[in-house]
Amino acid sequence: MSSETATCSAPKRPKFRHLEQLSMAIVCVLVMGCACIFVDGFATIGNATGMLLTMSIVGMLCCTMLFCLASGDFDLSIGSVVALAGVSAVCVANAQNSVALGVCAGVGVGGLIGLLNGSVVAYLKINPLITTLATMQAARGLAYIAGDGKTVTASEDFAKLGGSLSIPWGSGHISIGYSVLVMLALLVIFGVVLHYSVFGRSVLALGGNEEAARLAGIPVKRTRLMVFVLQGLVAGLAGVLLAARLQTGDPKAEVGLELKVISACVLGGVALTGGRGSIFAVIWGMLIMGTVQRAMDLQQIGIYWQFLITGSILLAAVIIDRFKSKLG
Amino acid sequence: MSPSYLQFDGLGRTFPGVVALDGVSFSARSGSVHALMGENGAGKSTLLKILAGAQPPSSGRVILDGQPVNFRGTAEALKAGVAVIYQELHLVPELPVMENILLGHAPSTFGFIRRGAMRQRAAELLKELGEEGIDPDMKTGLLSLAQRQMVEIAKALAWDAKVIAFDEPTSSLSARETDKLMEVIAKLRDAGRCIFYVTHRMEEVYRICDAVTILRDGRHVATHPDLKSVSRDELVKQMVGREVQDVFNHSPRQVGAVRLEAKGLLGKGLSRPLNCKVHSGEILGFFGLVGAGRTELMKLLCGIEKRRGGEVLLDGQPLPAGQVAAAIRAGLVYAPEDRKAEGIIPIASVQENMHLASRWRLKVGGAFIASKKEAEITRDFTAKLGIRTPGPWQEIRLLSGGNQQKVILARWMSGPVKVYLLDEPTRGIDVGARAEIYKLIQTLAAEGAAVIVVSSDLPEVLGLSDRLCIMRQGALVAELPRVEFHPEAILKTALPVELETVS
Repeated sequence: MSSETATCSAPKRPKFRHLEQLSMAIVCVLVMGCACIFVDGFATIGNATGMLLTMSIVGMLCCTMLFCLASGDFDLSIGSVVALAGVSAVCVANAQNSVALGVCAGVGVGGLIGLLNGSVVAYLKINPLITTLATMQAARGLAYIAGDGKTVTASEDFAKLGGSLSIPWGSGHISIGYSVLVMLALLVIFGVVLHYSVFGRSVLALGGNEEAARLAGIPVKRTRLMVFVLQGLVAGLAGVLLAARLQTGDPKAEVGLELKVISACVLGGVALTGGRGSIFAVIWGMLIMGTVQRAMDLQQIGIYWQFLITGSILLAAVIIDRFKSKLG
Repeated sequence: MSPSYLQFDGLGRTFPGVVALDGVSFSARSGSVHALMGENGAGKSTLLKILAGAQPPSSGRVILDGQPVNFRGTAEALKAGVAVIYQELHLVPELPVMENILLGHAPSTFGFIRRGAMRQRAAELLKELGEEGIDPDMKTGLLSLAQRQMVEIAKALAWDAKVIAFDEPTSSLSARETDKLMEVIAKLRDAGRCIFYVTHRMEEVYRICDAVTILRDGRHVATHPDLKSVSRDELVKQMVGREVQDVFNHSPRQVGAVRLEAKGLLGKGLSRPLNCKVHSGEILGFFGLVGAGRTELMKLLCGIEKRRGGEVLLDGQPLPAGQVAAAIRAGLVYAPEDRKAEGIIPIASVQENMHLASRWRLKVGGAFIASKKEAEITRDFTAKLGIRTPGPWQEIRLLSGGNQQKVILARWMSGPVKVYLLDEPTRGIDVGARAEIYKLIQTLAAEGAAVIVVSSDLPEVLGLSDRLCIMRQGALVAELPRVEFHPEAILKTALPVELETVS
């Protein structure tokens, strides 16, 4: 085919360049369709907004985990960072009687852990798995220390951050949580950054072939550091919003969140080996995970079975990922 | 004379866009040492990999002792008695010597290793090689390189290998260690084994080998069953082969001022301070064998490796050490030798790869990419360089080597570049695409850039260069103007030193 399609005649770009994205979109629609038909109470507006709300924390973190995976790294510390940020934000807000300071503290502490992760991985060249495993433990410990081992109750002002926006709809109204709005905003922002910014393309180049990126003059270390800092900041923000919604800073919150986030990304088709990923992949992956979770809740499937099912889905996803990269 | 034991019959191997081996047929006898010679990229390593079962051939077959064999992995090759000893040894440094020697087939009862039997067997094998000095219980990583090589040979013997192939075994050995290895190889030969010996060192070939096969560009050039009847010059001629073809169309260009100058450059891979200059409009060739330090020199020049001493001046301005981005911004660019590992992002698109480096130039509104402008430039270069791709969105790994190289050249050509460092620009690229790349390089020089071309392909550097630098063992040993280009003399200069002392 190369001979006649040579050179300059404006080439047509295939509509769906990555078949797997199309396939994941189809899977996503199928899963949601099945849920609508077979699960009572799934196809309602109330359920949709509720589902988005439960997905919002995972959704926010998927945005930055996408960058992390695209650059060929991992961040396992996010679950602990979410808890730590929540506890810190509530404590500071209570002590200083200032919601703004509390938010800054939560987001800031997330950013600091990200900075630590990024510096160690990028500049000291320590394996990200080990590094973030260590900070995962350390951040969890810090969360307990900050809250003195207990959950901390948030002030009413602080809890307002966990409220929702009411939009008139027909006779009633639908309420969309602020954290859902934040998730949507982050999806758009990080999608644009990944696909259209110098930074985003550098991240993909780095994950695709670090040596080639370095030789082309891309600041590899700085880029990698930035990815971890962003991840930390977003985890901090997610922690603040979660604490506001639950009206408590809970040091036990979100254990295992990192695995849910990575599962959602990989399920959507973000390559674990780096270099390949798109915001749509993340959206499909998230929606599939969210739908399955919601359907299981509505069907009152026991928590033990839920573990089994989500675990199986992740395993299936990585096998598919391997299969896809082998095909390529 | 013993009958042929190992036979290659029309062996071929292709990689996407590259023909590594093309219908190679020859045979080797047991009880003899068979040299395998050729320039870099002639197909020697591919042949060894097929022999070792590490890669299947695309066509043809290997016949061992009259039986066609089709190894589906190195384990099968070993079981059939074929062992290859690579330049980088494959030993587990943390394990004791005896476990390395019997790795994968240790004597055991019900899955439990019999350490006594293992120790005894390892000691026997080491004794056979005259290496009683090596303690079978010693951690392998503590041995010297020569000793580890002996362990590797013992490992081959443990499989009762009838065919043992050595890939440049003396490249890191001292003269005394080389003597020792030669003795061992002679002993193995006298025991009736069929030995393959891959080397660049003519001296060793005449010392130890009985027969020789020469490969060039993946094709079989000649097999001389009796090495003694062939002269050294004849071998060199057959290795270099091809006439310097007129694909180069060398015509004198306007050579201008000094663009790039290295003064007293020192760093990784260089054995003594190096000085060189390249002028505007000039193509400077760098020839040498693998390991001569050419790639290392390029990496020092463009700041990928940090230099330990000396200066690099671009248009008279010093470049900071170890900063690729600064070098690129100043107009000094490097197209690496190992395209796949260092040049391209395989799963990214042609357009993405083309603009990898120019990112900071083609921006709108701060951090965002001027996609339309990029697409336009991609189209322009695709047309100008004749890059064959179905479109700019195609993943670059699906393109042929020549087209990949053109994308990398386009990556740099889209910016204001003063000096190009091109490391093996035509490695793994077929003849047709080569001619196009040569033309492109000449155009770059004619437009006023200074171009350094590193190549192990002698006809290529001779055809392209206005001036030639020869490197050997980390040092610049000769600098020749075009009128003094004599292939045989150049190859002799590039070969390692002890050759000359003996001849």
